[in-house]
Order: sequence, then structure tokens, then C-alpha cells
Amino acid sequence: MNKTVNQKAWFLVLPVLVLVAFSAVIPLMTVVNYSVQDSFGDNVFFWAGLEWFRDMLQSERMWNALGRQLLFSAIILAIQIPLGIFVALNMPKKGVWASVCLVLMSLPLLIPWNVVGTIWQIFGRVDIGLLGHTLDALGIPYNYTQNTLAAWITVVVMDVWHWTSLVALLAYAGLQSIPDAYYQAAKIDQASRWKVFRYIELPKMAGVLMIAILLRFMDSFMIYTEPFVVTGGGPGNATTFLSIDLVKMALGQFDLGPAAAFSIMYFLTILLISWVFYTVMTNLDRQEGPQ
Amino acid sequence: MAKITLDNLAHSYLPNPASEDDFALKELNHDWRDGEAYALLGASGCGKSTLLNIISGLLEPSQGRILFDDVDVTHAPTAERNIAQVFQFPVVYDTMSVRDNLAFPLRNRGAEPDYVARRVQEIAQMIGMEAELDRKARGLTADAKQKISLGRGMVREDVNALLFDEPLTVIDPHMKWELRTQLKALHNEFGHTMIYVTHDQTEALTFADKVVVMYDGRVVQIGTPQELFERPAHTFVGYFIGSPGMNVMDAEIAGDVARVGGAEVPLAAGYAPPAGRVQIGVRPEFVRLTTGGAGLPARVTRIEDVGRHKIVRLMAGDVELSAIAPEGAAIAADADRVTFDPAGVNVYADDWRVVPDGEAA
Repeated sequence: MNKTVNQKAWFLVLPVLVLVAFSAVIPLMTVVNYSVQDSFGDNVFFWAGLEWFRDMLQSERMWNALGRQLLFSAIILAIQIPLGIFVALNMPKKGVWASVCLVLMSLPLLIPWNVVGTIWQIFGRVDIGLLGHTLDALGIPYNYTQNTLAAWITVVVMDVWHWTSLVALLAYAGLQSIPDAYYQAAKIDQASRWKVFRYIELPKMAGVLMIAILLRFMDSFMIYTEPFVVTGGGPGNATTFLSIDLVKMALGQFDLGPAAAFSIMYFLTILLISWVFYTVMTNLDRQEGPQ
Repeated sequence: MAKITLDNLAHSYLPNPASEDDFALKELNHDWRDGEAYALLGASGCGKSTLLNIISGLLEPSQGRILFDDVDVTHAPTAERNIAQVFQFPVVYDTMSVRDNLAFPLRNRGAEPDYVARRVQEIAQMIGMEAELDRKARGLTADAKQKISLGRGMVREDVNALLFDEPLTVIDPHMKWELRTQLKALHNEFGHTMIYVTHDQTEALTFADKVVVMYDGRVVQIGTPQELFERPAHTFVGYFIGSPGMNVMDAEIAGDVARVGGAEVPLAAGYAPPAGRVQIGVRPEFVRLTTGGAGLPARVTRIEDVGRHKIVRLMAGDVELSAIAPEGAAIAADADRVTFDPAGVNVYADDWRVVPDGEAA
């Protein structure tokens, strides 16, 4: 086959290149720029090399934040994925109630992050919040501004409330794509409910569940707004996740160099994890083979 | 293995069926005799699959009862009925190996591992998949998957009945023939009650002892392939079975003579004057072409050579007719009449066959 070489074609991708440059590459380069320099103000910069990266890798504060972050992601995945599947399995398959359920499930997804944070911040307050006040009246010690466990529970429950719907909706879509014949065959084969789930529903949902896990992992790994609004990262540093700490460092302390170095490592970590997910997912597709 | 009785059975997919037209399956009384192989034949959408799903318990009928060996199972769940059913499109458990797929129904019943292993081996041999036993079922071709489905249907020896819902649709022609032979062999060996749904008459006629023909939610005839050929009980049977289908012409009946247009057609027996729309039906095998003399005037429009014989298409007035001429028989260029073998002429009133005088109803 003869390929026509036409260098003018580059002009056609130029608009995209310009857009991407301004929206992503150039801002990212400023971060790279900060990460290798130091400044004492007045817009005077000194070359610092990889100093900030070395510092950050040795910073206990950052490792602690990473630890909290991973723990948080692990907890919410461990709750949201099974819970989402459970909800999807119990949603009506068709009819008016299916639509009602879908709308109700979508509601939390439509609420802006900071509003979700505010709702739970107020909901959990001991003085005026319905939840906080009720628990307090029942004699259960609950105060997310002072108690680490209470703060964690609040943040986790809030995230579960906000995002389990997404998992449920994805799982539901996966379930809906299973032809009736599979369930009928399972009945004929006298399969138990558990076997129907294990050998029919779960394999058919595998694809969408991978997407759900990826989305929920990435999102929880980068979570900022909601815990910031509810706990502000406290008590102490108990709910200071990576992005909260990053913002504190960059805008609170104005340590632009270390913050930039850290941002880049944060970004690369996320890129790496996404790549792993992508590879696993495409392999899964290949195994499926032609349908 | 069991006798299956349908008692006043009918089904509608609507919650409140008003008229007979609302029923996908019209009232039906029938015994499926223990150990017989039936083919359920009919056009798409005539209620075949509905009937099958009612027998296996995937559907609960709107009215009537269904009995296995005289025990009422109308409301029993599928699992309790111990029935095997194979669907039109392959259903395999993707994440399992072929072996586990075949073993699945046995293991669900808690069979001994030794027995399961032996039985799976036998079935794998039957469907020709011994070499693929340890492969994942995911990624196999559609016909390999369908063979697994068939195998899963056949793996239990103690089933009450084996139901097949057009199982060979996705299988290629060569394998189709082989699997059909296997099914027949299986039937001869174990004597399961088998019901085989199809819209392919060859499949039905070669597979079954008895063919049940359904039309528009109703069973129109149950009989051996020969009965269906010689005495179609309904014009649909005549049209649907046979290639080409039966010729049907409006006629008037007077004793043992039918009058079609201006011509007289002799009948094999006398008939009481039938009511309703009267027609005669003649299979193309019983149509002869002649030149001059007696018979129905007809004009040859086309001749199709299909190998074993020739199909002659004719126009008699404004009615299209077909005739079958044996291979090698010359067709006279000046043929302008057709005659019918009286033994092959049936009389229909409002599409149902009229019983001639002297034949037991």
C-alpha cells in the first residue's frame, strides 16, 4: 500500500496541540519549573536541582499523608464496591420503580462536592446537626472535630453516601446487559443463588466493575473538597489527605518548591496506577474474545 | 423420565386477556407420552417457545394445569421439575472450563465426583469436544458454545424430559446433521421424553416419532411425518410441511367430485356438503401435467431443477400451482392441463380438513 505523505496534515492537529498546551502542558511546566528552584520572594529564583524531590521523599509528613490516603481509598473501595453491587442486584429490573430508583440513585451524584461537605458538616455537628445531636443525646460520644475515629467515620460515611450510587449504577448497567437466557439456563441447571451470582452476574459485570474501581480509586485518591469542608484535615492531621496537605504546603506555607516537587510525584503515581488499570482492563477484554 | 400432561393449558402475556387473540398459547389438552421424541414445528412466534417454557417452569401458565406422571407441577419451580432445556442461542458459563460447564448441572445435584468425571467424558465424546475439555469456555466459537449447551442439557441421565428450543440454529450444516444423529442415538439409548422445537421441517421430520404442528398459538395437528404429509389436518400444515407446500384452490364439492373453476376434479371418497369456505389441497407430488383432454387448464410459467426432481410452477386461472416432476422426466412443451391423483386430494372447510365419508374421524 502506498502511503501519501503530506506534511500539511500537521496544521490540522495544530489547534488541538495549542489547546492542550495551554490547558495542560504549560501549567504543568510551571510546576516543573517551581520544583527545581527555590525563592525567597521578590520573584527571585535560585536553582535547587532535585533537592525538593529528595526532601519530599524523606518527609515523614508526606509519607503519613500517603498512608492515610491509601487507607481511606482502601476503606471506601471495600465498602462501596460490594454495597454498590448489592444495591444493583436488588434494584427492580424494569417498570416504573426501576426509573424511580435510577433517579433517586443519581441524586447524590448531582450534588456539588462542597455542598456535600457542607451538608455533612452541619448534619454531624453536635450542637445543631441532626446526626451529631441525636448521637450525643443517646450518650454515644461523637464529635468529629475532636475525635479521630469520629472524624474518619464521618468522612468515610459521607463518601459512601456520595459515591456508592455510581458503583450501583455501573453494576446495574452490567446486570441489565445479561440476557434472560442465562438466568433461565441457570434455573434449568439447578444453580443456587450464589452460583448464579458467582458464575453469571459477576463475570458479566467484571468489565464495568473494573471501571467502577478505577473511577472510585482515582477519585478517592485525589479527594479534597469534602473532607476539607467537614474536618479541614483534623483533628490534628487525622484526616489530612494528600491533596489537603499539598494545598496547605503550597498556599498555607507558601513552600512552592517542595509542593511542586510533591505535585509531580503525586501526578506520576496517579498516572502509573491508571496505566496499571488500563492494562488489566484491556487484557480482560482480550480474554473475552469476539462476542 | 415422565409422561407430561397438559390440562386445559393456555397462556397470555397480558395480565387480563380479553379475547382469544390475546392468548399466545390457546387452550390445549395433550399428553406427551413417556419416552417419545416429539418435534414441535411451526412458524416463528406461534407459541412454541411459550409452550416449552411452561413445561420447564420458566413461565407460569395463565390457566390450566401441567402434570408430570400425574403429579401437578403447575406452580413448582424449574429446579424441582428436574428438566433439561437447551436454548436457541448458546449459554455457557464464561469463566468456567468446558469440563466444569458440562459438570455444572451434575454438581448442583450433588453427584459423586467419580460419576461426574465419567459422565462428562462420555458427553464430551458425544459432542466431539474431548480435546477442549480444559479450555475456558470464554472465547470459543458460537457453535462450540452451543455444543457445550447441548452437552449440559444431556449430561443428567435422570431428567424428566429434555427440551430443545431450536438448538441447532447457530450450528453449521455438517455438524447439525451429526448432532441430530447424536440426539437421536441418545434418545434410543436412554428413552428420555424429548420435545424438540424447530421451524425447520427437515429437522422435525428426521428427529421425531411424532410431529406437533402449531399455528397461531394452537396445535393444529399431531401425527407421524407420514400422516402430516398425506393428510394435513389444516391448510397451514399442508403449506408449512413439504417443499414446495401444498396447492390450495377454492372449490365446490358435490359428492365425490370437486369443481374448480370450470373443471371437475375427481375425489377418492364422497363428502357431505361442507360449510364455510371450501378448498381442496393437493401436494405437488400428486399433480400431473397432461396435454389436452380432462383436467384443470394451466400454463407452465417456470421450471426449477433442484437436483433430485424438477419443480414446475404453473398458473391455473389466477391461482399459482406447483407440481413435482421426477428427475429426467420430460416436460411436454405443449402441456396445458393438470390432473390430480384422487388419493392425494384433501378437502378443507375454513382451513380445517373435512373427513370424507367412510374414514374414521
